Amino acid sequence: MDLKSLTAVELGKKIQAKEVTVKEAVEACFTQIDKVEKEVNSFVSLQKEAALKRAEEVQKLIDDGTLTGPLAGVPVAIKDNMCTEGVTTTCSSKILSNFVPTFSAEAVLNLEKAGAVVIGKTNMDEFAMGSTTETSYYGETKNPWNLEHVPGGSSGGSCAAVAALEVPYALGSDTGGSIRQPSSYCGIVGIKPTYGTVSRYGLIAYGSSLDQIGPVARDVTDCATVLETIASHDAKDSTSVERQDTDFTSALVNDVKGMKIGIPKDYFGEGLDEEVKKPILEAAEVLKNAGAEIEEFDLGLVKYAIPAYYVIASAEASSNLSRFDGVKYGYRTKDYEELHQMYKKTRSEGFGPEVKRRIMLGSFVLSSGYYDAYYLKALRTKALIKKAFDSAFAKYDMILAPAAPTTAPKLGSSLSDPIKMYLGDIYTISVNLAGLPGISIPVGQDAKGLPVGMQLIGDCFQEKKLFQAAYTYECLTEKKWVSMYDKTEAAGKEEA
Amino acid sequence: MSRQYETVIGLEVHVELATKTKIFCGCSTAFGGAPNTHTCPVCTGMPGSLPVLNKKVVEYAMAVGLATNCKITQVCKFDRKNYFYPDNPQNYQISQLYLPIARDGYVEIEVGEQKKKVRIHEMHMEEDAGKLIHDEWEDCSLVDYNRSGVPLIEIVSEPDMRSADEVIAYLEKLRMICQYLGASDCKLQEGSMRADVNLSIRKVGASEFGTRTEMKNLNSFKAITHAIEGERQRQIELIEEGKKVIQETRRWDDNKEYSYAMRSKEDAQDYRYFPEPDLVPIVISDEWIQKIKDQQPELRNEKLARYEKDYDIPRYDAEIITGTKKMADLFEATCAICNKPKKVSNWLMVETMRLLNENGQEPADIKFSPENLAKLIELADAGTINSSVAKEVFEKVFAEDVDPEKYVEDHGLKTVNDEGALRTLAEEVIAKNPKAVEDFKGGKEKALGALVGQIMKAMKGKANPGMVNELLREMLK
Repeated sequence: MDLKSLTAVELGKKIQAKEVTVKEAVEACFTQIDKVEKEVNSFVSLQKEAALKRAEEVQKLIDDGTLTGPLAGVPVAIKDNMCTEGVTTTCSSKILSNFVPTFSAEAVLNLEKAGAVVIGKTNMDEFAMGSTTETSYYGETKNPWNLEHVPGGSSGGSCAAVAALEVPYALGSDTGGSIRQPSSYCGIVGIKPTYGTVSRYGLIAYGSSLDQIGPVARDVTDCATVLETIASHDAKDSTSVERQDTDFTSALVNDVKGMKIGIPKDYFGEGLDEEVKKPILEAAEVLKNAGAEIEEFDLGLVKYAIPAYYVIASAEASSNLSRFDGVKYGYRTKDYEELHQMYKKTRSEGFGPEVKRRIMLGSFVLSSGYYDAYYLKALRTKALIKKAFDSAFAKYDMILAPAAPTTAPKLGSSLSDPIKMYLGDIYTISVNLAGLPGISIPVGQDAKGLPVGMQLIGDCFQEKKLFQAAYTYECLTEKKWVSMYDKTEAAGKEEA
Repeated sequence: MSRQYETVIGLEVHVELATKTKIFCGCSTAFGGAPNTHTCPVCTGMPGSLPVLNKKVVEYAMAVGLATNCKITQVCKFDRKNYFYPDNPQNYQISQLYLPIARDGYVEIEVGEQKKKVRIHEMHMEEDAGKLIHDEWEDCSLVDYNRSGVPLIEIVSEPDMRSADEVIAYLEKLRMICQYLGASDCKLQEGSMRADVNLSIRKVGASEFGTRTEMKNLNSFKAITHAIEGERQRQIELIEEGKKVIQETRRWDDNKEYSYAMRSKEDAQDYRYFPEPDLVPIVISDEWIQKIKDQQPELRNEKLARYEKDYDIPRYDAEIITGTKKMADLFEATCAICNKPKKVSNWLMVETMRLLNENGQEPADIKFSPENLAKLIELADAGTINSSVAKEVFEKVFAEDVDPEKYVEDHGLKTVNDEGALRTLAEEVIAKNPKAVEDFKGGKEKALGALVGQIMKAMKGKANPGMVNELLREMLK
């Protein structure tokens, strides 16, 4: 049985039906990892031994009827910015190269309660700062569709692992598009839920007011199932929301009749690659033919989102990352004479250039004399962007948009021009600024065969609408494979 | 010459709140404890941890705000104050800058006959830092995060004080308010109340303020008084010499009785304050404010009036007893048991205060129970022990909270009222002291005292002195 190609829910069903053991499911992951990891580099660390031990425990709980949920026994990979008790958590940074948390993130605990088996920690842009997974201290992750291209970022490792069939699903985090953009580049499904839906406790913060954890998987059903499992009201996170409507799988219905979908004209103009635009508009057509009402509109304020985002996220990051100082944990420089030298050397040696750039930017915009001009103005812009979305959602059930202006760029082509890289976040960051949910689903490929993702954006707490529309699209279209690894496998089978 | 100058003083007072747990996590706030035992991921700034506000902190801050006539900020927020230091595990302190919990209040102080209002600019909530310990032997520094995250309020006054006496009166008033509210024990020595003094001078009659300095590390009222006098003098000398006062932070050295510059305004750190994104704004409803008002305990002025009326004790007594919440509570509790207000007040005002002073303690340090004080009063009142024995027993009650009845019993301290035994003893004393007897009979009243003294001595102080007196007079008629 080809276990690695199964979705999480398919695999979970087979485990419940005793057709597959948890151990077999975990071993299937490691077999594929052994095969492709050298090429893709999705993981910062692998916990094979612990996973096999955990597989036995979970198997017992399944056998005695304690664990009956869809994810029981299903392997999962966790982005390396979520704390895992006793397991090194690096944020893909040198400064946390030896950091072993004493507790696990609430989202991870929720998965474990459901019987998930963590197999490894995935690579990412250092401290989730970047859009390519090239800023990792542990080497770049490659796109499983074409190894010369980036997987996107910052949850590039999670998305690549899922696309390369190394694991059925993974957790990512999204501060400005870090789930949706790499999902789009890797041809998989990823959702950033409404801010406050998933506890941030144990997520090592980048931009606290924007960060959200979410799933990345091979189909919409998996995403809904995982989000249903990790969403919780957590008293340890003051920004966590108490929601009664987290039964997301109930929205997996093949029906979009009467659904009102707005297409922001501002998202489809200059800067959007024609090869990206085409499959997305085709996908819109699919939904329209299925009964959705589609209309173009002006969202406005689009050009202000990027500067506002980089001011707010960098400001928060400059403060969030100040605790990494060599005093209590993590990397400490070897030679130093006194405290301030220790701080300076530790941080100079411990952080990479993109992190330093954002710490400097954030420190600058918070400095006295600049606070009003930059930080406060950015907060006001954020409020205006939220308003623009509010008026859009007064008319539409959701907004249909690209996830990124292009398909995955070539490795090494982005970091030299950070401004250009930042501009690539244009369709995703407003969603974080407004705290909205957004899902990215694969809708096609460009001429080079690289995947294109479509983004559906909902009003706060309207994930169900997004799942329903995305599920409907999935039902009405045919998907052949999730990466070249899948393709090779499929081709091999045909030949045989 | 120095009379030409007026001192202008404003205070920043930090008060540690009496919550059982820290401001953003469930760790204990108990003083002491082995290093880093009252800690968790939150108060040690571990990656991924998040703060959750302790509601009691807000309620104490509201209570102090209301008692100092402040306006409560009904939508208030926390901000981050960024600075690097190892006692600050996140390298930012969660404090309040933009929307502090309370603003625009005042307290009334009295210096001599003068009454005066000291205005309060604002009051904000924040977390305390950990403690650095420098190990001279190992040449390294260690950090203890037990204090990290202990809740504080900072009360910032307007520059309304003009002398050390006014400053002390203001601090005593704040301390009394916080203690009465149960919001803090305000012990200067343990650092649960700390004051930074902002001071400038100006020519009498001038309307502009002079350049101010800020003094830190003031751990007692005495240090504050000395620091104010010293700083005033230092600034006057600078100006008289034609020099300028530099705006700077100065550290008071209590041993040397001198302050030295820590940092000037130019070196002042930019704290890059911004709203704390991990905490949501605190919305304080009218109902919540009303609830806190309703729960507000009786403050000193109300107590004073009630003591004079209900307990019928003199104003002077009432003022001393209501000077601290501890004393007032003890007074009320003891009266409730023995219903002898004047006697209770005497024990508190005289013996208790004497022993506190001798031990360098504050009323908050009192350990004895109202039950044992009441028992002692009953023993003395019934004549079971005489007054000198009572004082001796009280010292034991004060130190160890012993049960006076048991103590008197165990140590055989009961007054001897046995007339026969005393008469026999008196006869012996009379026989042995013909000179004193002569003198007394000759009209020297004092001579009787000597005879009484001898009997008391022979009885090891346990005789009833009144009875001995009467007996001797009768025998020497």
